[in-house]
Formats: sequence, structure tokens, C-alpha cells
Amino acid sequence: MSEIIDIVARYQGKIYRGVKEVRGNLMFVEGIKEVKNEEVVIIVGSDGKERYGRVIEASRDLAVIQILGEEEGLQTDCLVKFTGTTFKIRVSDEVLGRMFNGRFEPIDGLPGITTGEKRDISGEPINPVAREYPHDFIQTGISAIDCMLSLVRGQKLPIFSVSGLPHNMLAAQIARQATVRGEKEEFAVVFAGIGLRSAEAEFFIREFKESGAIERATVILNLADDPVMERLMTPRIALTIAEYLAFDLEMHVLVILTDMTNYAEALREISTARREIPGRMGYPGYMYSDLASIYERAGIIKGKRGSITLMPILTMPGGDLRHPIPDLTGYITEGQIILSQELHAKGIYPPINVLPSLSRLMKSGIGPGRTREDHKYVSDQLYDAYSRGVKARDLARIVGEIGLSERMRGYLKFADEFERKFLSQGPYENRTIEETLDIAWEVLSVLPEEELVRIPRDIIEEYHPKYRG
Amino acid sequence: MGERKGYIEKISGTVVIARGIKDARIGEVVYVGYEGLIGEVVRVTQDSFVIQVYENTSGLSPGEPVYGTGKLLCAELGPGLMTTIFDGIQRPLYEILRRAGPFVRRGIRLNALPRDRKWYFKPLVKIGDIVSEGDIVGVVQETPLIEHRIMVPPGIKGEVVKVEEGEMTVNEDVVILRTKDSKEIGIKMLQEWPVRMPRPCRERLTSEVPLIVGQRVIDTFFPVAKGGAACIPGGFGTGKTVTLQKIAMYSDSEIVIYIGCGERGNEIAELLKEFPRLHDAKSGRPIIERSIIIANTSNMPVSAREASIYMGVTMAEYYRDMGYHVTLIADSTSRWAEALREISGRLGEMPVERGYPAYLPDRLAEFYERAGRVLCLGKPEREGSLTILGAVSPPGGDFNEPVTIHTLRFVGAMWALDPDLAYRRHFPAINWNISFSQYVDIIERWWTKHVAKDFPEYRRRALRLLVVSSEIEAIASIVGESALPDDQRLILLVAEILKEGYLRQTAMEGEDVFCPLNKQYLMLKTIMDFFDKAYKLIRHNVSIEEIANIPEVFEMIRVKERPFEEVKKLYSKLMKRLKDIAIKYNVSLEG
Repeated sequence: MSEIIDIVARYQGKIYRGVKEVRGNLMFVEGIKEVKNEEVVIIVGSDGKERYGRVIEASRDLAVIQILGEEEGLQTDCLVKFTGTTFKIRVSDEVLGRMFNGRFEPIDGLPGITTGEKRDISGEPINPVAREYPHDFIQTGISAIDCMLSLVRGQKLPIFSVSGLPHNMLAAQIARQATVRGEKEEFAVVFAGIGLRSAEAEFFIREFKESGAIERATVILNLADDPVMERLMTPRIALTIAEYLAFDLEMHVLVILTDMTNYAEALREISTARREIPGRMGYPGYMYSDLASIYERAGIIKGKRGSITLMPILTMPGGDLRHPIPDLTGYITEGQIILSQELHAKGIYPPINVLPSLSRLMKSGIGPGRTREDHKYVSDQLYDAYSRGVKARDLARIVGEIGLSERMRGYLKFADEFERKFLSQGPYENRTIEETLDIAWEVLSVLPEEELVRIPRDIIEEYHPKYRG
Repeated sequence: MGERKGYIEKISGTVVIARGIKDARIGEVVYVGYEGLIGEVVRVTQDSFVIQVYENTSGLSPGEPVYGTGKLLCAELGPGLMTTIFDGIQRPLYEILRRAGPFVRRGIRLNALPRDRKWYFKPLVKIGDIVSEGDIVGVVQETPLIEHRIMVPPGIKGEVVKVEEGEMTVNEDVVILRTKDSKEIGIKMLQEWPVRMPRPCRERLTSEVPLIVGQRVIDTFFPVAKGGAACIPGGFGTGKTVTLQKIAMYSDSEIVIYIGCGERGNEIAELLKEFPRLHDAKSGRPIIERSIIIANTSNMPVSAREASIYMGVTMAEYYRDMGYHVTLIADSTSRWAEALREISGRLGEMPVERGYPAYLPDRLAEFYERAGRVLCLGKPEREGSLTILGAVSPPGGDFNEPVTIHTLRFVGAMWALDPDLAYRRHFPAINWNISFSQYVDIIERWWTKHVAKDFPEYRRRALRLLVVSSEIEAIASIVGESALPDDQRLILLVAEILKEGYLRQTAMEGEDVFCPLNKQYLMLKTIMDFFDKAYKLIRHNVSIEEIANIPEVFEMIRVKERPFEEVKKLYSKLMKRLKDIAIKYNVSLEG
């Protein structure tokens, strides 16, 4: 009893006692006046533990509250404090070098952020006419990406993976190596771990520490055993910080969100608890809009120097590209990098299956003055030749290599060379775009010259190894 | 009407239930809460009504006021629409940027058309003229490309008693009419029209003329008529947006209205970068001067996404009524359908397929039916057309889903995008085996008059060759290509040339971005005549290698990047080579 008196004393304003029902993560409270849609509530159970919640439906006689944190131990007899404000966090440059949980509480033993403006974590949509079309090529040092899936500053490019593949290693390599050519400035990194296993989280933190990136990084961590509800807030906190760094402090920010599959699962869990009509596979019909409200926060704003480049990572359930999570993500993001189990099994790192992968903003970032004049043509030719090579490989499994025409055998050889020399590289190997393109020419020269129909003559004569002597 | 004030009862997402306005009606625009968020009444009961709010509702509280406007959701129509970028409920986005900064804050109420801007109105009627609905009373040069014709609004008739000429704002009376019952009605340059209601016309006509887009696979194989409707379904990354954007930029439409509905913000940024930079082929003016863009990106409120489609089509009909050929591009109708689904779900309606409401097919039909070639209301007699092109984004790229299935029932052409082609970077990735166009018959009639008599014949044979080649390919994948007889290998070779040299076309820069019809015809003729003659030679036991080694054969793949004259030269060179072989083997190529 004295505990309750303590709590009542601690908070100002109205504190209600007693709720009608607790069902899963949802709490139903009756007879409350002045409830705001989406406002934050503080719930104190009879066990004395504090939890946060959020109003998701408000009417004159009933408020539906989504509980953040654990619902275990809650009884209908608990205290509910309506704070009158939506979920906001304080942003200031103190966030750099820090680690927080999915409620924005520090987990690095240091005190919380006390200075800076409070911002709503849901953010606001960028006015499309205020957007600057992204065009600065980011060199990641990874051939497959730089040449065939070029990333530009302000892009949102996800990695679609499968459990067990080295997507974390790839993301860490990108975070470590990403630079804009001709600029000294390094990316600030905002890392959001969503439902992550602690080993995975430790891998990233160790990576950031070893490369020195931790000084210009903010980590928001929701581990696999942390409350499910906070998974919905983790990426939004990360992006609110990123927006502050990019558009207030004018820094270039790389945001890594992993694993978005855990986010979508949490969304489904909550939607089911609310008894909403499901869309595909039980995921809510609004999942597209919900994911868009996260992904679309990437970009560049006219008149501001900073940028947000977003790299979400998700594991495709069952390796299925058509599963709603990768599918809806692909419709929102500007391309996708798809990892392949088959290439991984062959021992190829990074195991990027370039054929279904895509970077939609590539065209604006490459070419003369940005990378090199042959870049576009080389990339087109690699796609064409590799897809023929893969087709030849399938064919050879049926008719045997002997049954292939000489032309197809050429493509078969090309596919092998492409995977061995171009695609493969070390996790610490950082290739310049020129090195990458030169390797591309080397593997293309396996093919007879008249097969290079996607490259103009003058470019062939300038860059083909045969003419370079 | 008195003050129409009520209060909020319940908030669930963007759906708000309110009480207190007894005569609230479906479609009425309301302002919700202290911030005055814009919404529309979607359901009424005896003592309450349901509002779909077009803005984010967080922080809204039960008990806050709701104000009814008594007006249906309308589009403002008048000079000033061209070159403007609107959101889903016709708020000008540059104006929002100026007032609120780079993020779209809520509760901003703005007129679609500026009230202080002056336009030079030039009357075309004089005092004493009797005018009625649709008659053009005067014109305004809206942009260097577009003459804006001011029409008598539907349902009005009378004698002209006053005419103004000169610089005026959209809200001033430019012409005053006296009706039969001696009432005076002022005609302004600004009109309003409820967006969910199609605008009237005198008569619907059948379409006869193709919309020329300059992409060979569309113009030659799956053309759409001016006044027709086409859809372009495809999974992500197959090139829906790029194809539609290129049509917006290069097609021979007089006016383009582009609706970015629930798609990416950067795609709109790209349009805004390209449209002022690209120039109209005929006039040399920037194409933005004949375009309106509606941008309701995926992170902007879902319910406004639903409205954006109707806003766009209403503006398109308005320009159609002036006598223009208008193309409306909706990217993507699936996001619109999803908005319908979301709102329907929140209203607790019974879902049918995959959560979509039972009225989804009706809504799609209503939308696509607003396309058409029409005889406009009023004098002078004129015709206009509205062509609708809709992107469809089927989940998982699987066309067997409600939006694709129902859309196909209401459109005349489908450009089906194929991920396998896209993976090979064969763009436009339009699959020639499953795409269709019901406009081919009427357009072939047009071709024979305006391009060449035998164009339809070449088209049919080329399509057949592609179909046969895919059958041969299937066999080749079992026995190997080298085991095939020479005539079949020739088919494979020519099919490859058709795919690489004809169907594949760049969307980026250079000569091949827009391929005029006469060049399309000559390219197709070159490839098919080559095939005919080569086939004859092979029938006379000339080897495929001899044919394939003709140096100009692979030229057919590259000639698209060069001007028309070069295609002519290539044609005669190729024919000469084949003739030489014919002479060598003593074969007659004639007959």
C-alpha cells in the first residue's frame, strides 16, 4: 500500500486505478476523460513495476492501450497515468557514442539525455517537393555493389537475406568502408537492433569499437528477449535521431535496421491482439503504409547538407522473396540486395545474387564525372552475360556441357570467372571503383568481342584489355 | 445552414466517429479537432457519423469539436492547375513547403488555386449571345503550351449581359449571364466539381487514334488508343514506374496528369527534376508546362491516397472538356486499393478476397470508365479524350490477386511485366506472350492510312515468330541448340534480334528514347524481310552459319541507336548481301 502512495506522490496529475481487461499486450480502460489518441501512459502493476503504454484507440468511454514492456504480472487492479503527450525523445549531439534500449533508456551505464528538443518518434512525412534527388555515389569497396548495385547517398537499399548467411558481416563491411569519393567526411552510423540475439548485437558493437566508428555511432538495441512492443519503437527512435543528425547537425548518416522481419512479426502480433482484419498471411493490411512510414524517412532535403542513407536488413522467412515482408519492403525501398544460399554454399563472399538484386538510384550516381564513363555499359553487359551464363549452367545440367553450343559454353565459362574473380572478395578487402571496373573487364574478356552488344564500340576500344595491351 | 458543429466520440487510426451534426451527409468535408484536420464523412447513422480523416490523428481527443462545411469533396478547376504539384486532397505542395518547411505538418488548409494571381482573360462571347453548359466564353493563356478555355459550368444557360476583358483573379466574374427567369449568374474562371462524380459530355465516341508513346513494344505490339485504358502490372523492380514516367515525358498527349499514389518520395523528386528539363518535341517548351503532378507518397496519410485518384481524374476530365487529349497516369492503383481496404477494415466492413471490400471491382470499374473519347458539351463543337494508364503492384508479382484480376476486366490493354526479363535488364520488361491489346484492330486501320499498308502484317508475323521461337527454345533446352535443324536455328537467331534489337529499348538518354512510328515500321520490315529471304535460302540448303556470318546481321541490334536514314542504309545493305548469297547458290528470292 505504501508503494502505491509513493507512486501517486511521484507523478503529478490524474492517476486512474483499475482497468476493465488485459488481453495479451492490450489493456482496456473505462471511464477516462481527456484521452489523446496515441498518447503515452505509465502503468504501475500491483507488483510495483512501471511499464509504458500507448493509446491506440480513444473514445469517450473506453481507451485501448498497447502495453510496452512485459504484460506478465499485470492485474486489473493497477494504476494508470495518462501523460497527455505522444512518445517523444530528446535529441542532442550527446546521443553520439551512446547506447539505448527500445524505450530510449541508456544501457551503457551513463545517464540519460537531458538536453535538447523533444521530438515525436513517429516523425512527419517529408514534403516530396522538398526532396533533393539523390546522386552522390557511395563507394562501399564491394565490387558487386559498387559496379552493379551502386548505392547513392540518401538511398534506402535493403539486404534480403536468410538466417545463417553473412548479412551482418556485409552490413558491417559497408558501414566500415562506405565513403563518398573526394570527401574526407565519414558517415555517422545509427544502428537499430530489432529483436536481435545478443551474439549478433555484440558482433556489431565490437565491429564499431574496433573500427573506431563507435565515436560517431548511436546504438538502439532491442534484444530478442526484450519486450515485443518496443520493436515497433526501436526503428522510429533510430530515425528520429538520424533526422536530427542529418537535418539539424547536417551530418551524413547511415542507418542500419536489423532485423526488419522481427519488426513485422511484432506488428502482426499486435494487430492480431487487436482483432483486426488481416491482409496476407495474418499481417495487417496496413503493413505497407507502416513500413513506408519508416523507410521513407531516408533521403535528402533541399537546402540541407546532411542526408540519411538507410540500409534495412531482413531475413526472408523460408527464403521466399514473395513473402509479404520482403515483398512490401521491395515495393517501398529503392532496390534490394539479395543474398543467395547457393553462392554461400560455394564459399563465395559476399554471396550476392546480382540478378534479382537492383539499385533504382544507380543511374543518377554513375557515369562520367561521378564514376567512369564505361560503368553503365559494363554493368549492363555483366547482367546480360551472367544471366545467360546461369541459364547455360542450368542447361548443362540436363544436356551436359557437350550438348551446349560453343556460344553457350563461352557464357558458362564467363559465369564461373565472374563468381570467382569479380563477386568474391574478402570481408576486409576494399576495392576502388576503378579496380572493380578493371576486374569486370577482365572477366568480360572471356567472351568473344562481338558478344559485348551492350557496350558501344568506342568504349570497348578504350577499356577492353585487348586494346589496352 | 447555420453552424454545423459536432464533437468527436471515438478515434481509431484515421477513422473518427462523431456526433452532433444531425444532417451530416456522405461525402461532406469536415474539419476535425482543434487543429482542424481535413476529413470526409463516409458513413452516417441516425445519431452519429463516421469520418475518414486525411491527416495523422495522433493527439486527437474525444470531445474535440468537428465542423461540417456542408460541401462535398470537390476539386478546384481553373487556370493555375498546370505546372502545379498537389497532394492527395489538392493542396499545393510548394505552398505547404513555403509555410511549414520541409515536413508536411498537419492542419494546413490551402486553396488549390491562388486567389491573388491575375490572369489575362480574353472573351470569345459578346453581349446578347445565348450560352449554355460547356460553351467556351473566353480563353486564358495558362502556360505557353496550354490555352485554358473557360466554359459555362454544367447546368447553366442564359444570355450574356456583361463581359470583362483583362487581368483578373480566378474569383472575379468574367462573364455575367441572365437566365430565363431573369436571375443574374456570374461566371468565374474558378469552378468546383465533386471529385467522385464523372463530368458530363455530349456523347461518347469510339477510339480510333493510337496514343504514340515511342516505345516499340507498346506502339507496335500492344498499342493503346487515345481514350482507352491500359494497366501495367508487375512485381517490384520490373519497371512500372520507369515505363509510365517515360510515357508521361515522351508520348504525344497534349496534357499529362501524373498521380504518384502511395509510392516513393524520391520518384516524385525525380519527376520534378526531369519535367522542367525535358522539352516537348513539337513546341520545344518544358513538358512541365503541360503537366499536373499529384504526389501522395507512401508515408503520407493513407486516406488522402484514396482521394488522390479522384482528384486527378476530375482535373483530367476538365481539360478533356476543353477539347484536349489528356493522359492520366496512376502509379499505383494497388496502393489506392489498399487504402480502400484499410479504411473498410476500420469501418468494420465484411471483407471478401484478401481483406478487400466487396465493392473493390465497382470502384475500379468506375475509375477506368472515366476514360474515353468524347464529344464535349457546348460550342464550338470539339472532341477530347482521356486515356487512363494504371500501374498495378501485385503482391509477390503474382497476377492472381484481386486488384490485378478485377483491373483486367475493365481495361483494354495489359502490359504485363516479367521479372525474368527485368533480371536480364531487358527493359521495358513487357512480356510479349501474355500482354494484350484490344485496340489493335482499330489502330491497324489507322496504321494502314498513316504509316504503311503492310505494317499490320509485319506485326502479326513478328509476334508469331516470337511465339514459335519460345517453343523451339523449350526443345533446345532439352536437346541442345546445336542439335536443331537450321531453319529452327534461324528462327532462334531472328527472335534474338527482335528481342535485343526491337523489343529492348533504353529509357534513359539518346536516340532510342523515343522511336517514331515510321522508324519502328522500317526496323520491323528490315528484320522480317531479312528473315523471309534467309528462310528461303536455308530451304535451299544454305547453311545457318553462312547467314549468321553476314556482318550486318548484328547491326540490326544496334541500328536502333542511330537515325532513320541509317536504318534505310542497313536495309539495302542486308538485302544486297542476301541477294549475293542467292546468286552464289543460284536461288531465286522472288515470289
